Amino acid sequence: MEPIKNISRRGFIKGIGLASGGLVLASTVYSFSKFEDEAEVISEFNPNLFVQLNSDGSLILVASRSEMGQGVRTSLTSVIADEMEADWDKVTVKQATGDKKYGNQNTDGSRSVRTLFQKMRQMGATVKSVLITSAAKSWNVPESECTAENHFIVHTSGKKIGFGELVDIAKTLEVPEKVKLKSPKDFKYIGKNLPSIDVESLSNGSAVFGLDKRIPNMKFAAIKRCPVAHGTVKSFDKTEALKVKGVVDVVEVPMLRKAFGPLGGVAVIATNTWAAFKGRDALKVEWDTGANDSYNSEAYMKSITANVHKPGHVEKSIGNIESAFQSSNKSVEATYRLPHLAHSPMEVPNAVASVNGNTCEVWAPIQSPQAARREVANFLNTEEANVTINVTFLGGGFGRKAKPDFIVEATAISKAINGPVQVVWSREDDIQHSYYHTVSSQYLKGALDSKGNVTGWLHRFALPTIGSTFTPGKNLPQAWEARSAKDVPYDVPNMQIETGKADAHVRIGWLRSVINIPHGFAINVFADELAHVAGKDPLDFRLNLIGRDRIQDTKDPYKYNTAKLKHVLKTTAKNAGYGKPLPEGHAIGLAVHYSFYSHLAAAVEVSITDGSLKVHKINMAIDCGTAINKDTITAQMEGSAIFGMSLAFYGKITAKDGAIEQSNFHDYRMTRMSQAPDIHVEVIDSNEPPTGVGEPGVPIIAPAIVNAIFKATGKRYRSLPLSDHGLV
Amino acid sequence: MITLKINGKEHQVDVDPSMPLLWVIRDIIGYTGTKFGCGKGLCGACMVLMDGTAVNSCQMPVSAMQGREIITIEGETENLQALQKSWAELNVPQCGFCQSGQLITSTAMLNNNPNPSEEDINSNMSRNICRCGTYTRIKGAIKHCVEQNNKS
Ligand code: FES
Ligand code: FES
Repeated sequence: MEPIKNISRRGFIKGIGLASGGLVLASTVYSFSKFEDEAEVISEFNPNLFVQLNSDGSLILVASRSEMGQGVRTSLTSVIADEMEADWDKVTVKQATGDKKYGNQNTDGSRSVRTLFQKMRQMGATVKSVLITSAAKSWNVPESECTAENHFIVHTSGKKIGFGELVDIAKTLEVPEKVKLKSPKDFKYIGKNLPSIDVESLSNGSAVFGLDKRIPNMKFAAIKRCPVAHGTVKSFDKTEALKVKGVVDVVEVPMLRKAFGPLGGVAVIATNTWAAFKGRDALKVEWDTGANDSYNSEAYMKSITANVHKPGHVEKSIGNIESAFQSSNKSVEATYRLPHLAHSPMEVPNAVASVNGNTCEVWAPIQSPQAARREVANFLNTEEANVTINVTFLGGGFGRKAKPDFIVEATAISKAINGPVQVVWSREDDIQHSYYHTVSSQYLKGALDSKGNVTGWLHRFALPTIGSTFTPGKNLPQAWEARSAKDVPYDVPNMQIETGKADAHVRIGWLRSVINIPHGFAINVFADELAHVAGKDPLDFRLNLIGRDRIQDTKDPYKYNTAKLKHVLKTTAKNAGYGKPLPEGHAIGLAVHYSFYSHLAAAVEVSITDGSLKVHKINMAIDCGTAINKDTITAQMEGSAIFGMSLAFYGKITAKDGAIEQSNFHDYRMTRMSQAPDIHVEVIDSNEPPTGVGEPGVPIIAPAIVNAIFKATGKRYRSLPLSDHGLV
Repeated sequence: MITLKINGKEHQVDVDPSMPLLWVIRDIIGYTGTKFGCGKGLCGACMVLMDGTAVNSCQMPVSAMQGREIITIEGETENLQALQKSWAELNVPQCGFCQSGQLITSTAMLNNNPNPSEEDINSNMSRNICRCGTYTRIKGAIKHCVEQNNKS
């Protein structure tokens, strides 16, 4: 375990944006990188967790992760405040810039709380212990007679002293090596429903998102990009653009063929966003569309489907799948097709950059500030130390804002015009130039014995890999992209998982819950299909398919636990009134999935009237270990349910001759309030380490809806979105 | 020169008369609480009150705004402040980006109809998209606000 240190008197406090004068403790939190992601070596003391207590009692925490609605600025702080017995009203959060000294800052993978929880507790307990020592010293009494209570140290005699008043003594003390953590039953904030510390600024217009950043002399820029991914500018005519009132310049932006490189194009720079958009409309650009202009979604779906209808690359094989099918009583096969998706956070990609010689300062809504810093430094051919990445509030991220291409665009333009600029994507840009969630085709075949038990499970899938964004030409899924199919927690003796080839013709990226969307869909719908052929109730059948209690055999310290999986499924079915009489025409569909180390299930109640689908109720149960803030977890589940409904109802991005056909919210639609169902969430009580919350709610919604439709109508829909089937 | 009255203050702006009010507010005058989400009247992120009615400011040419009373999320009007309180009590925002628009739409609704039915809420609020999916809470907060208003 890395030490916690008192750095109150160290020089680099200023560097992290803290004022001197307070008690500052720092520590290192390792990312989970030993087990996942790239290796990360931190040899010297490189703290990424900072707590400052000032003499006026105010308590400041430097947040190294980005806030995009998941409440991370509140959940992390509340853990420290709880262990140190601080008064919640005295807490403020300072957002860290992008810097390796903070350790891993990538805010994705649903892991902020999972990786930081334990260290946050220790940090809080350490501050408390130092304060108790300080009080005991100043009163000249034994420490054992002092306790911490709501921002005071209290002596058995009844006298008390505020935390802030102890700062001067505390600053001089060494921190103890070992501290005692609270018993979970004494938690004051953890597990209680603290509202977000940002709720006011997020409700009165004062929170500064990237799009709201203004600096002196800043111009606004809009970029015309090639409709086809990685096409380039052949020539352009800026005459008409320059005639638009407010337009001041037109410059070319280079296309850089790397993961986070800009797509390139022609930028119109203006004194306001509107003029930049209008100037862009007036631009004439000739493109060299390049190799991706042959991308047509319909033909492409046929080709990847052909690839899953023949043997593929074997990722996993247990037992003997061939003989399982030969000796089966019945076999079932099905093919599932899902389209590309775009993240479309409410706040479009945008960034302010100000290049000055070989230095650059950026303000942007970014999930990966360190990658942004590296890319900007590379682009300017300068040291990372010359680049500052300020992280604003994110108006949603969902993975889109983990890719800093838009920051490199702003940098390129600022450099070209020699002044500060804000690049603003229109909604059309966002939908037509995204890092798309993969399109997929999946073939499943199952063998049933005479009792209706599943004896064989073949799952073959083809989808363009995220790896292609990093290494052009990659056309088979990476190991981690096969995991949610390979580790399906079903107790089947003969199982084979295969992958088929799929070339990428657009940038493929990760979108909230990533590969779990296609896998969670196919696995859950197929299990329902098997239940039907076996003549069993879907709930009983699924519990039987998950099978005996067992814990995943893996080196990963987090493992699936089939008892938990069955528990969330039973819980949510019970909460939904599964098996009880329902209103005429209503039916409940189920789905259960393990992802981001959390166990989740959904029960969705639907009806179809005159061919039109209505989702009435969504019940969800989640076991994510210790719940730091049940209200935030519930909010994430509510949001996941709506996000899952949007993709089930409308989510579809298609290409014609390489260009994306959708453009705005009229043809890339979102769930609206009139469609929003009653959502009930049960967060299972647990004292185990916390696991992911932000993403794992998404993949269970669409399959539960499809299973419910089947139960209500006997019709099975194996492709999304449901708008394609005329249901919404 | 066009004269605009925003949040009780007059502003003179010299811009293309066809420029939508949204961009005048954000880029010329500098109130950034009003958001850009789609630019096509599809999402409600840019909603402001125009003489008490909620309008998508991305669809309103600034030339048509002379003599109108514009209120943005930064402004003050009884129902807006009451709703903001309910928003905090129910911890409504996730990322928060859509919430200015949500609050303006619900303010206009309550201005017109202090006791909206479930259906009124659904139809009014369906002008606004929340990609984070806070609909359950928005609805709850509106109902809570109505209850509080009716008590006092
Ligand atoms: S920005 Fe005006 S409705 Fe979307
Ligand atoms: S709170 Fe994020 S879009 Fe509504």
